[in-house]
Amino acid sequence: MNTLLAILIGALAAVAIYCMLRRSLMKLIIGIALLSQSVNLLVFSASGLQSNRPPIIDPAQKTLGMGAADPLPQALVLTAIVIGFGLIVFCLALIRQTYQATGHDDINALNTTDT
Amino acid sequence: MNNLVILPILIPLLCAVLGLIFRGLVAQRILGVIGSVAVTIAALCLLRETQANGYVILNLGNWQAPFGIVLVADIFSAVMVCIASLMGLLAALYSLRDIDVGRQKRFYFSLFNMLLVGVNGAFLTGDLFNLYVWFEVMLMASFVLLALGGERPQLEGAFKYVVINLLSSSLFLAGAGLMYAKVGTLNMADIALKLSTEPNVFLINSTAVLFLVAFGVKAALFPFFFWLPASYHTPPAAVSAIFASLLTKVGVYALIRAFTLFFESSFIVQQNLLLWIAGFTMVTGVLGAAAHYNMRRILSFHIVSQIGYMIMGLAIFTKLSLAATLFYLVHNILAKTNLFFVSGIVQKVRGTEELKSLGGLYRAFPWLSLLFFISAFSLAGIPPLSGFWAKFALVKASLEVEFYVIAGVALLVGIFTLFSMTKIWAEAFWKKSPVAVDASSAAPEQNQLQLMYGPTIVMAVMILYLGLFGEQFFELAEHAAGQLLNPAGYIEAVLPNMLSTAQNP
Repeated sequence: MNTLLAILIGALAAVAIYCMLRRSLMKLIIGIALLSQSVNLLVFSASGLQSNRPPIIDPAQKTLGMGAADPLPQALVLTAIVIGFGLIVFCLALIRQTYQATGHDDINALNTTDT
Repeated sequence: MNNLVILPILIPLLCAVLGLIFRGLVAQRILGVIGSVAVTIAALCLLRETQANGYVILNLGNWQAPFGIVLVADIFSAVMVCIASLMGLLAALYSLRDIDVGRQKRFYFSLFNMLLVGVNGAFLTGDLFNLYVWFEVMLMASFVLLALGGERPQLEGAFKYVVINLLSSSLFLAGAGLMYAKVGTLNMADIALKLSTEPNVFLINSTAVLFLVAFGVKAALFPFFFWLPASYHTPPAAVSAIFASLLTKVGVYALIRAFTLFFESSFIVQQNLLLWIAGFTMVTGVLGAAAHYNMRRILSFHIVSQIGYMIMGLAIFTKLSLAATLFYLVHNILAKTNLFFVSGIVQKVRGTEELKSLGGLYRAFPWLSLLFFISAFSLAGIPPLSGFWAKFALVKASLEVEFYVIAGVALLVGIFTLFSMTKIWAEAFWKKSPVAVDASSAAPEQNQLQLMYGPTIVMAVMILYLGLFGEQFFELAEHAAGQLLNPAGYIEAVLPNMLSTAQNP
């Protein structure tokens, strides 16, 4: 399972970078979204991948027993998803503004401020 | 007075939220300025507190570290918060005149305050994931500030800035996740504790390089800096100035904190890499500046080059070099921001920043020329201005440990920086104006620009003071460097008693 998840994270990241290098701005946004998904999966994998117990304390116990999933990376991933969501919304607004200003979504045409 | 630590974060946050509620132009302006004044006062109190007590710790929500998030202020953080808040105040005053009313009505000052929230939070946090969150807050505010106004160059610059910084945020998040998987904690002091006893060097190196790349993109190191000259010259001058003063310095702060706290036990492995990166950053930055003839583009490349000096100070890793780095940070923030302020005034009075179309500014505005002279030649390292002492300390530190090559590179780059500054001086201020300047043109009179001149003069006075009477500040910097080279002190302050139990199990 670990290997499969590692391959998935790598494949998502590769696809994301490929999309970010495309000429169209919309594909750039898709690439950004995929990259944030890939990194979120990576952080999630830090909790140890078991398919058994969710991090909920038994009514009879006082602490989380052994073998339950680690809740902290899940909280980290939630935070990261929300942050990524906000950033993508901003990027969409930026694309819309650029489309209104230039009439196309070709990133190669946006080169007047280049280094 | 532990609650003092949260004030630099809470005050601008409150002012930003109030700015969204009270939408009148006057309310926005008042909140922008009052917020900056209050946070500067809080930052100065915090600095005095850290000088007295060493570390000021606040456990948020009263959850004990390492389980809860902790805010830690040592002298280095407190100095950075002070200078950031002061720059915020001066830039807010400058923005009152420089930013047009349309942008001010569209929540410019709320965004400005949120930027200060993110920057102060990044300086004060003691938790790795919390650092990521503050980075994102700062980034988000800077994205919107960059694109606010929607002019075409701004949108182009915004794309380059946004995409590369999102990439670096993803790398930082990946590094934080991997760090948690390796050591089981996110509290910086606890990570330092666990990594100092970790025998597996490979475990440390992979995360270290991931952080190096992530913070390196933010700090504009070679080869990650190309977003900076492509985007920093596009927004209004006040926005450029606040970006130049704060954003890259947060990256440098994160690098210093990561390498002095977490990876200190295995630093010898990364030292060579950092030295090479510093050298290349200095050289490519200044060569890029030599190729341009637009004031703000030249200054953007110089930001990159000066970051190289600071990373050189980090890479040398002695007490003198870290003290010199802190001194350099403060001097550079002052000089760079002032240069951007001057270029903003030039833009206002002449309508352009192209050196080919400018000229005769010395004859027309002698006081402005003096302000440029002080800032530019401080940046180039001419005695007795502050830049000279900063560069002198760095070169001396590198000669003390026999790193001759990097010292030579630093001095050579200093000559090129002087060349750039002299080019701007000669083209914009000294030579006669190539186009006939209409005396009754629409350019504003000098007495209308008091709000822009005021902060510029204050900063020039500070540069002079730092140069002529900088000894007590250098002593403070040495004190801070001593704290940085003593991670055990940090760990002991945040996690009392855990250091001794870890070493004697």
